[in-house]
Amino acid sequence: MKQIVIISGKGGTGKTVITAAFASLVKNKVMVDCDVDAADLHLLLNPKILERHEFKSGKTAVIDGGKCNQCGMCLEVCRFDAITQSSIGSQQSTVTIDPISCEGCGVCSLICPQEAITMKECISGEWFISDTQYGPFVHAKLGIAEENSGKLVTLVRQNAKLIADKENRDIIIIDGSPGIGCPVISSISGIDCALIVTEPTLSGLHDLIRVVELTRHFNVKTFVVINKYDLNTEMAEEIESYCRNNGVALAGKIKYDTAIIEAMVNKKTVIEYSKGEVSQQIKNVWEIIQNELD
Amino acid sequence: MIISIASGKGGTGKTTVAVNLALSLSSAYVGTIQIIDCDVEEPNAHIFLKPHITKTLPISIPVPRVIEKRCTYCGKCQEVCVYNAIAVIKNSTQNDPLTDSQTSAPGGKVLIFPELCHSCGGCSLFCPEKAIEEVGREIGIIQIGTAGNIEFVDGKLNIGEAMSPPLIRAVKKNITNNKVVIIDAPPGTSCPVIGSIKGSDYCILVTEPTPFGMNDLILAVEVIRKLNIAFGVVINRTDIPTASGQTGYQEVENYCSKENIPVLMRIPFDRKIAESYSKGIPMVEFIPEYITKFIQLFNNIKKSNHK
Ligand code: SF4
Ligand code: SF4
Ligand code: SF4
Ligand code: SF4
Repeated sequence: MKQIVIISGKGGTGKTVITAAFASLVKNKVMVDCDVDAADLHLLLNPKILERHEFKSGKTAVIDGGKCNQCGMCLEVCRFDAITQSSIGSQQSTVTIDPISCEGCGVCSLICPQEAITMKECISGEWFISDTQYGPFVHAKLGIAEENSGKLVTLVRQNAKLIADKENRDIIIIDGSPGIGCPVISSISGIDCALIVTEPTLSGLHDLIRVVELTRHFNVKTFVVINKYDLNTEMAEEIESYCRNNGVALAGKIKYDTAIIEAMVNKKTVIEYSKGEVSQQIKNVWEIIQNELD
Repeated sequence: MIISIASGKGGTGKTTVAVNLALSLSSAYVGTIQIIDCDVEEPNAHIFLKPHITKTLPISIPVPRVIEKRCTYCGKCQEVCVYNAIAVIKNSTQNDPLTDSQTSAPGGKVLIFPELCHSCGGCSLFCPEKAIEEVGREIGIIQIGTAGNIEFVDGKLNIGEAMSPPLIRAVKKNITNNKVVIIDAPPGTSCPVIGSIKGSDYCILVTEPTPFGMNDLILAVEVIRKLNIAFGVVINRTDIPTASGQTGYQEVENYCSKENIPVLMRIPFDRKIAESYSKGIPMVEFIPEYITKFIQLFNNIKKSNHK
């Protein structure tokens, strides 16, 4: 069983549209959305949720106002500026913890001489196993303003793998997240192949270079596809020559086509929606990747 | 005044709004504009502003180091660390066959996994032997400079590094209080975004009229409401042309009016804008009419406090 991830460095390049197109093209796979803090793939795959699980991760400190004597020790040890004390010195002084800033390290609860602080487990998201017309789909929703997206990505991937093993699926196709930070690192670890979707802009090139360095860092076989290449053919050429000079394989170029947004509005993958040139170009990209995987 | 520019979905034009707002204001309010690029994973504002960098600072976070000769391998540090960044292996007590006595300090090893460490300081604080000191681990750099009369700050996360929030905090330490500060936030809704926009007086959410843009806007609005920051929306690429000639997707507008969210600006899809963007040229240089529009937007923001 192989795993491929579609990532982008820069957001908004068409990563999810291309992932969804692969859902229409590839047989016997498991689809996964690892862009857990702005998940969009479900909008195109129309999943029917079969299983819904809570994602518990980390804890948040809570003060029992009755026990607290405002000594201020917790305040001093918290390195995340999560604890504040109002009207210090006065009778009405209160110590409060901002749950959004709290990283759950627990140091305050250990230091508190009054044992006034407890660490409360928090539910920081949900993940789902769904059925779609394209086969099983594992996806998630990180709670608003939550952390630990990397852990949720890992959890989602583990479950996708269990399903793939159980149902003898050949391939896992993963929609990764933008950037190069924690959720992306979790999306690409142990992957067979990464496809980076970029666009012909100077920002696109800058971000591509950083994300290629990242896949190199983790020793992942990498392909690049230039989406909307005809919006600036000069920049597209520049990206191509970057790929050539740096030994990065180019898997293809895809035209700018309004069919992509129309397909999205109609909640369909572009392959289903259009028989036009873009669909053919995406098919070609997939063939190149498939050859690599075989 | 701190204005942050954010978006649930990436690629909607966040940096475009941040950069062009800063440039437009810089002519009207000379010497009082500061731009802070908090998208440390993929910083892009510099591409458009081409700042003259005067200072580059490495940013480190403290991680523990064990002073072996003091450590008794008691295991306290491991117990304290909720991130599993420190593990203590204690050798079992052995009888020494030569002296026929028990070795008093059986020894062991403390393993530290710096990439998991959140620098909470718990292990060093609670080590009974004061056997843990903290050393810096570099996670990225900060660059400070000027772009015309705009003060410029950005951060760049090292490749392979997962901890962006501490770097974002370090970038934000450079905010100058009495200036108009424009923050370019990273995309998404999780910790890096929160860290970037926290403490702002106003947040501009940039979106585009597509189902993805819509979905991610709703998430972003939830975040801003949770942080209780006044906000409004900029819709980029309105009238994205569709093949059937329709400018179909009205849901974003409908959502904003239903939720009483002010639409601060509509930027139509314009090949000229797309082209200038692709070359790294700010749109106000191509289409100067936008300067007054951005100044107007700023004046509207100053008047409003919509939450
Ligand atoms: S748990 Fe850690 S981050 Fe949260 S308030 Fe306590 S010391 Fe601060
Ligand atoms: S350490 Fe405990 S008693 Fe002291 S201020 Fe904090 S919560 Fe209150
Ligand atoms: S708490 Fe201190 S003495 Fe105990 S194992 Fe850790 S470093 Fe060693
Ligand atoms: S500083 Fe905090 S996170 Fe880092 S190893 Fe020590 S206890 Fe763990």
